[in-house]
Amino acid sequence: MLNKYDLIVGLEIHAELSTNSKIYCSCKNEFGLEVNSVCCPICTGMPGTLPTLNKKVVEYAVKMGLATNCKINQISKQDRKNYFYPDLPKAYQISQSDIPLCEDGYLDILLEDGKTKRIGITRIHIEEDAGKLLKTDKFDGTLIDFNRCGVPLIEIVSEPDIRSVEEAKAYLETIKSYLKYLNISDAKMQEGSIRCDVNVSVKPTSQKNLGTRCEMKNVNTFSGAIKAIEFEYQRQIDILESGGTINQETRKWDEKLSKTIAIRSKENAQDYRYFPEPDLKNIFVDNDTIERISNDIPEMPNHKTIRYINDFNLPQNDAKLIANNIQRATLFEKTYELNKKLDTKSIANWILTTISEQVNKTSKNHLEIITPENLNKIISYIQSGSISTSSGKKIFKQIVANNSKSIDQLITDLGLEQISNTDELEDIVLKVLKENEKSINDYKNGKTNAFGYLVGQCIKATKGKGNPSIIKESLKKHI
Amino acid sequence: MNLYEMSAAKLSKMIKSKEISALELTNTIFSRINSVESKIQSYVTLCEEDAVKTAKLVDEKISKGEQISSLAGIPIGIKDNICTKNILTTCSSKMLHNFIPPYDATVIKKLKNANVVMTGKLNMDEFAMGSSTETSYFKTTKNPYNINCVPGGSSGGSSAAVAAGEAIMSLGSDTGGSIRQPASYCGVVGLKPTYGAISRYGLIAFASSLDQIGPITKSVDDAALLYSVISGQDPLDATSQKIKPLNWNIDFSDISMIKGLKIAIPKEYFSDQINDDVKDAVLNVVKMLEKNGAKISKISLPSTPHALSAYYIISSAEASSNLARYDGVHYGYRSENYSTLTEMYENTRTEGFGTEVKTRIMLGTYILSSGYYDTYYKRAKLLQNKIISEFQETFKEYDVILTPTVPTPPFYIGAEINDSTKMHSNDMNTVSSNISGVPAISLPCCLNKNDLPIGLQLICNHFEEEKLFKIAKCCELLIGDIKLPNI
Repeated sequence: MLNKYDLIVGLEIHAELSTNSKIYCSCKNEFGLEVNSVCCPICTGMPGTLPTLNKKVVEYAVKMGLATNCKINQISKQDRKNYFYPDLPKAYQISQSDIPLCEDGYLDILLEDGKTKRIGITRIHIEEDAGKLLKTDKFDGTLIDFNRCGVPLIEIVSEPDIRSVEEAKAYLETIKSYLKYLNISDAKMQEGSIRCDVNVSVKPTSQKNLGTRCEMKNVNTFSGAIKAIEFEYQRQIDILESGGTINQETRKWDEKLSKTIAIRSKENAQDYRYFPEPDLKNIFVDNDTIERISNDIPEMPNHKTIRYINDFNLPQNDAKLIANNIQRATLFEKTYELNKKLDTKSIANWILTTISEQVNKTSKNHLEIITPENLNKIISYIQSGSISTSSGKKIFKQIVANNSKSIDQLITDLGLEQISNTDELEDIVLKVLKENEKSINDYKNGKTNAFGYLVGQCIKATKGKGNPSIIKESLKKHI
Repeated sequence: MNLYEMSAAKLSKMIKSKEISALELTNTIFSRINSVESKIQSYVTLCEEDAVKTAKLVDEKISKGEQISSLAGIPIGIKDNICTKNILTTCSSKMLHNFIPPYDATVIKKLKNANVVMTGKLNMDEFAMGSSTETSYFKTTKNPYNINCVPGGSSGGSSAAVAAGEAIMSLGSDTGGSIRQPASYCGVVGLKPTYGAISRYGLIAFASSLDQIGPITKSVDDAALLYSVISGQDPLDATSQKIKPLNWNIDFSDISMIKGLKIAIPKEYFSDQINDDVKDAVLNVVKMLEKNGAKISKISLPSTPHALSAYYIISSAEASSNLARYDGVHYGYRSENYSTLTEMYENTRTEGFGTEVKTRIMLGTYILSSGYYDTYYKRAKLLQNKIISEFQETFKEYDVILTPTVPTPPFYIGAEINDSTKMHSNDMNTVSSNISGVPAISLPCCLNKNDLPIGLQLICNHFEEEKLFKIAKCCELLIGDIKLPNI
């Protein structure tokens, strides 16, 4: 039944920008501070106060616009979106209506099958966040925390190009990785720094025109957004299957009930009475600014992922895991830059296992755990057989424990140098073979694990320093 | 001549030369307030204690030989829509009857830095909507020339206080004529500066794209002095602009500048709706100017008859949004009668606002509603562009536009309050300068046969305040003194 219907999704993502101060006043822009400790007459909309635009907000939004291939409107304007709610002290939100800062862009998302898909970005505009309503046992009513009032937001509106839950997931993750890569947002869903409105419609596969859409407002988690899409897809199909029609409406995703609930029909849609904000001038972005910002944009994670797959032969999942985190990607690339003979898969393994484990244990990031120079040395020595993999890990532990000695010094001090001298090892191999005739017979009778036992005995005899591959060669020669 | 009848320019000289002390002047003003306020009713709040403190500070500075500003020690009244830290700021509305701002408007900060003595907060039409102070929640201010007449509005308290000697000067605000019309009605000088010349930070907004704070004074010199203190770009107001600071010379009296001055007389400002007394009075000044060598030209500003419509659309649209914040949630009036959030909003706003304010909020809400926006707001904006370009064209050829400020002399209290079309037509000659942003000044040109003041308006191009003051001063010198009111 499901594949008789196409799913069509468009997403509006609101991301809080991590500027130092708020969008229209000089209050600190910081999450998690004491209630009503970062607000002033301006962001609480007191009578007579006026907004003045924080230029950084414009720069951050332009950055996202350029990274997503948008056209930057060199003259854009700000508008008032009027509605009453206690967390909105001016009773209007300053936003951008008909002329947003950025328009007509796109983003390529990478799907599990290795293919990419282009999702259109309709627009990106700037606006201010509202406060938060609070409930407490101490007071029989609702309280308001104004700290979030005036926190800068960008709203990123996608075209209805998303056709599956997988695409929605990939799009959300890509946007999140962009925000972090550009260093313009903390992109933490649990702190509410990214929220999204989800538009869903379905249509019979054979039908050309799009179906009627429903909008789910203020979904606060990625998983919530995905579940809301899944739920809505099924709900709308069920309606069509039973001969009904979809009503255009605003719905709400209820996390507890795991379902969407209608809150407003099209007829009752709010009229926001947008009009140009008379307290602010138009926003001008000149060519120099655009050029300066555009020079500041790094290679984006989705492009990196594809490059890692193509150039370094990394598995898609590893490539993505490294590319999506800027410190991982930097460590990976810089280490490789130092020594192009390194096996890229080993660098990836080190980053995704040993180093990531350490990152998870501490509050440090990958680059703070180990420098590309040190990582290069460890992997180079392992690759050349100078040290064993387990010795490499021992050295890494020393580095993590803030041992400031050089890697060469550590190898000497810990006596980790590997024996790769063929003659020396051959003597040991012959000795071990003499003492283990039973194992030789077992091996000859087809018990392959007997070989492993013999290798182990040889390594034991070298106190762990024997180069396993030379030992293996030698064993094969003499059995 | 009593101290309270003198100009700030003169009093300032007397203070600096220690002929009088600032405290003596302040005390004189408060005793004048004591004797006439019951008749005039121009104040909502008096600040005698703070005023005395500032006056003493000025005297101390003088005794120490410190430099003081050109307006130090001069008593000034402030329209009650300009925020004053720790002092009630009501907009003459029940909605803000208890509102005490924790901040000063930028103009107040500047006045404080100049050690100007703030006497108190002046009555106005509620949220500056009206032309008579009759929409004030607290009281109707009376015209000092005839207490049965209105003082005009919305800065009626500001104008009446200056005319009655209850303040030497005052600040008003002008969105469609709210400084110039009451200045004309009370026989004082009122300037609506170029939009952007004075910071609006702390001025409680009516229509943000039209509102300007401006001086109301006894003379052109005083207006220029006050303007020079409060004008200039403010980082807190994105619509304020960098301007050349005005260094006004109070001794300027060069009437010869009239010679060759190109004065435009637009016929639309002398239409049938203008009272004959007013026309005659204004044209009489025109004759004097012509005699002194001015070149008078009759011109046409054809969009003028539509300006009022554009004004009501733009100002009401902006007001509906600006006044939405008065919802009873954070400050000001909150209805006691509600059980849901919506009911709290509805009852608070129904009870807290007066009829005129509610009418304009409803009008503005309608104008901005989807489906009507293009019909009204967009067209009004087009009309605005047209009015601006007509002014620009005019100022390519002429130095100044001269018109009557208001179509009529002051009207009786109660005469127009129930006829909104008539009331709104008070603004017909003043709104165009708000819509186009150009500066305009009203100054008294005579009293009519009933001893009521008539004002004339001079309009110059954007940021030509200095030129405007000079021309106005010449007119003032030609016109001579106007009889002061007898209260």
